[in-house]
Amino acid sequence: MSSNEAAKISVRNLNAWFGEKLVIRDIDIEIPEKQATAIIGPSGCGKSTFIRCCNRMHELVPGARVQGSIQLDEESIYDRSIDPVLLRRRIGMVFQKPNPFPSMSIRDNVLSGLKLTKSGRLKEADSIVENALQQAALWDEVKDRLNDPGIGLSGGQQQRLCIARALAVEPEVLLMDEPCSALDPVATARIEDLIHGLKDDYTIVIVTHNMQQAARVSDRTAFFLMGELVEYRGTKRMFTTPKDKRTEDYITGKFG
Amino acid sequence: MKLNTRRGRYTETVFQFLCLLAIALPLVLLVLLLADVISDTHGRLTWDFLTSYPSRKAERAGILPGLVGSIYLISLTAAMALPIGIGAAVYLEEYDKRGKLAALIELNISNLAGVPSIIYGLLGLELFVRIIGLGSSLLAGACTMTLLVLPIMIMSSREALKTIPQSFREGAYALGATRWQTVRQVVLPLALPGILTGAILSISRAIGEAAPLLVVGALAYITFLPSGLDSPFTVLPIQIFNWVSRPNQSFLENAAAGIVVLMAAMLLLNSFAIILRNRLHKRRYW
Repeated sequence: MSSNEAAKISVRNLNAWFGEKLVIRDIDIEIPEKQATAIIGPSGCGKSTFIRCCNRMHELVPGARVQGSIQLDEESIYDRSIDPVLLRRRIGMVFQKPNPFPSMSIRDNVLSGLKLTKSGRLKEADSIVENALQQAALWDEVKDRLNDPGIGLSGGQQQRLCIARALAVEPEVLLMDEPCSALDPVATARIEDLIHGLKDDYTIVIVTHNMQQAARVSDRTAFFLMGELVEYRGTKRMFTTPKDKRTEDYITGKFG
Repeated sequence: MKLNTRRGRYTETVFQFLCLLAIALPLVLLVLLLADVISDTHGRLTWDFLTSYPSRKAERAGILPGLVGSIYLISLTAAMALPIGIGAAVYLEEYDKRGKLAALIELNISNLAGVPSIIYGLLGLELFVRIIGLGSSLLAGACTMTLLVLPIMIMSSREALKTIPQSFREGAYALGATRWQTVRQVVLPLALPGILTGAILSISRAIGEAAPLLVVGALAYITFLPSGLDSPFTVLPIQIFNWVSRPNQSFLENAAAGIVVLMAAMLLLNSFAIILRNRLHKRRYW
């Protein structure tokens, strides 16, 4: 990374386990602020585990363990003084499968982060809902039916609703774990467009198994293989002139 | 290959018939039982029967204290067992899912669910009636019944919590919710219909229990309504038991009428559970 880019998240010697199984090993990576960073690699390479370490979701799985350091704005997130609950309000997450809360309306889903945590910002609920839905490019489609159940939307709309829900909490970083893998190409394209706009305001880390997607949306790409970080460079250079033989084999489709 | 003969077809028909038989048998038995009991009442089942106190004269005896006692007892039991049962299930399922303590407790709970009800009666007699000194009161009876239904209630509540997909919990955690906020606002509202269905079914089992309450000391002949938690009481099954054990034929008619009342109460509770479960399925989106 060139020196004029500030690192939003910097990771040193990160190892993570499920029980006895080491799933990521010795990861060192610096994720730049207000850019989109893609994590690619075959299934089971540890890419999802990696981003779940960044918002301390990994440790919620019984038997899961983390070692090493992750710094968010030079603050160590695994420090004892850090409350993971508060950390997750600064680092939002969107999951593989859209998971709007089934008992809530569209509006309540957007506000769910604030309602769950009893945020004082609920006083401006209406403008928060509109703002978050605008940012997630969903406002025009749902503005006349905000009180309908969120679950009644299409898959792609549900995923944008989940993005709006994450944005309403005003995070600094947005982690996306294969956000389009359950969506059709049209819905995927909409989410990708959205990411282009969002990176002006947020630091985005997107896990994807789709290399074209990584090439389309990201500024930098990291290639993970069997729990290790093989290569991490600017996306264009990564896809045109990979340094590592394994990266080249993967992006040219020799395995994966 | 011929298309009009299939080797599995005969077996399939036989299997289908056997399954139909399996469902028809209990239904027919239940209808026969009900018909028999109703015919045994010989018209004793009147409004007066529901609103009168027991009497030495069979034709003047009624079931009011038993009916009211049962309602009081079940309401008290539900009021105690619901919060404890749901709390225990939430702890086991949401807070200590793979802990050693949870595994030990889980083993014990499934064993407790199989303990004969009279054993709970003995425990209730020793613990609530004697050591705590509640006497043979409504409260002691309800406490004993609470112990009896708790294992089943905890297990069914856990099952209901298990059906809530992990992705909703993760969605809430990722928004910065604490575990309690997640349980309270996301998991419990989704699991509640399932929890209530299980709770009603376990409580409707308790309404038919006589053995533990006999041990605790519920009275069989009582001519007043329970006036408070410390009051003596009786319940429907005990009143029925008392009438059945009398030699006089007309008391048997009273017993039959009592059984109809008890069955009606149970069916009412069960159908309430079914309505709740149907609503759950309607609201199930995942």
